[in-house]
Amino acid sequence: MNGTDWDIEAIRKDFPILDEKIYGKPLVYLDNAATTQKPLSVLDKLEDYYRKYNSNVHRGVHLLSQEATEAYEIARRKIAHFINAKSDKEVIFTKGTTDSINLVANCFGRRFLKEGDIVLISAMEHHSNIVPWQITCEEHGGELKVIPIHENGELNMEAFDQLIDTPKLKFLSITYVSNTLGTVNPIKEIIVKAHQRNIPVLVDVAQAVQHIPLDVQDLDAEFVAFSGHKMYGPTGVGCLYGKTEWLDKLPPYQGGGDMIKEVTFAKTEYNVIPFKFEAGTPDISGAIVLGEAVDYMTKLGIENIQKWEHYLIQYAVEQLRNIPNIRFIGEAKNRAGAISFLVGKIHPFDLGELLDKQGIAVRTGHHCTQPLMDIFSIAGTVRASFALYNTKAEIDKLITGVEKAASILG
Amino acid sequence: MTIEEQQQEIIEDFEFLTDWMDKYEMIIQLGKELPLIDDQYKTDQYKIKGCQSQVWVYADYKDGNIYFTADSDAIITKGLISMIIKVYSGHTPDEILNTDLYFIDKIGLHSHLSPTRSNGLASMIKQIKEYAFALQKLEQK
Repeated sequence: MNGTDWDIEAIRKDFPILDEKIYGKPLVYLDNAATTQKPLSVLDKLEDYYRKYNSNVHRGVHLLSQEATEAYEIARRKIAHFINAKSDKEVIFTKGTTDSINLVANCFGRRFLKEGDIVLISAMEHHSNIVPWQITCEEHGGELKVIPIHENGELNMEAFDQLIDTPKLKFLSITYVSNTLGTVNPIKEIIVKAHQRNIPVLVDVAQAVQHIPLDVQDLDAEFVAFSGHKMYGPTGVGCLYGKTEWLDKLPPYQGGGDMIKEVTFAKTEYNVIPFKFEAGTPDISGAIVLGEAVDYMTKLGIENIQKWEHYLIQYAVEQLRNIPNIRFIGEAKNRAGAISFLVGKIHPFDLGELLDKQGIAVRTGHHCTQPLMDIFSIAGTVRASFALYNTKAEIDKLITGVEKAASILG
Repeated sequence: MTIEEQQQEIIEDFEFLTDWMDKYEMIIQLGKELPLIDDQYKTDQYKIKGCQSQVWVYADYKDGNIYFTADSDAIITKGLISMIIKVYSGHTPDEILNTDLYFIDKIGLHSHLSPTRSNGLASMIKQIKEYAFALQKLEQK
């Protein structure tokens, strides 16, 4: 795809925030891996909900409650359809990826993890796919092991083969796309190999679901976790997909309203999935609005989004390569979403700050992947990350911005 | 020069700079004037907590005055600490404790620094005041 068959001007009009000025300069928003901006349809849907049918779900007999419940469940259906889940009930609304992973780590640990068992993650995980497993391992006497990466940011598959070759391994939790390196892992191969040893797999798709077509049945992972706000939806809501048999097997995560069938002081009978895992009043508006975000992506076509972003990333890498003393952190052949880099000895905070003053929003620092930074022996990186509304002209501004900052800082 | 006069001088340095990139260039320029800390003090003991980049500050006490040296791995941070040291260095603990920094607000830095940077700046000032406080106590003994 090139600039001609993607109506970028029309698409940008869908995102009012893109017209904002930063220090009097047009906003160049390249921090999409942290959170994406929201289209008008999403903003309208949010207001619509609170104006017209705000009510609690799964509780009232009154009409508003029925309308809110229906909208909430329609959103679940839309998301199930978007990721091609076998059934709506396999989609659980959570607070986001972190919450989803914590749910699985906690519940799996309580039911299945024994002293000496191993949980496997990779070296490129976000803290949210490290710490919950550390907590679980600590509680149940398990051990956390880490698949190393190559210098170019790709997973070391030979090491992976060795690490899964043990009966002590009980769970694999791994990211599809690295939020820092942009590496796209060979996730299907990984899952197939884990399944050959009956190891259940959780895939963190927080940085994949907005960039790559996702079919959870084809992927065949037991669990898949993602956040709404990184896919043009609101903050505070996300999903956990789980295979029915696994969601049935796990104990409930939190107790409260909605997750029960019958409560007495002696014993509580739990509700069926997905409600078993949705204790308390959920983020109703968030879920409904996330459904709208999914509609927006579906309307544009995730394949088209992928092509456009691929074009942008290729262009950005090519252009950045011309900057003297640039060092890419992560140069995987298969990449999506983000580019991390450093220029000479310039501190990423300095570079980020001077880009900000030119209206260019990037992320600087360790990107919640401190162990990964340790592997590269760096304090952090500058990360530019892309979304469907970014343009070639914005990348040109990034390049000019980096050059200008480097000339001041170098 | 008094602390007041030093602050005034920095404010004048920035007076005609309206573009933010120019202001940053000035900050970086001032960083080059920073009296560098001796490498042996670049340890955790002299590192300022609360900064995302690494900053070390060392205080030397001579004839009743405190002389600061410092360094940072980030150039903008180095400029910021350099300005603070320029203002405070060579003064008595009393003077340092009894004079507030207003030049940061005056040159518009306060409202334009990112929150992490602002917190870092506050930590640097706090550390310098703590040195002065400790030395003041020592003096009173």
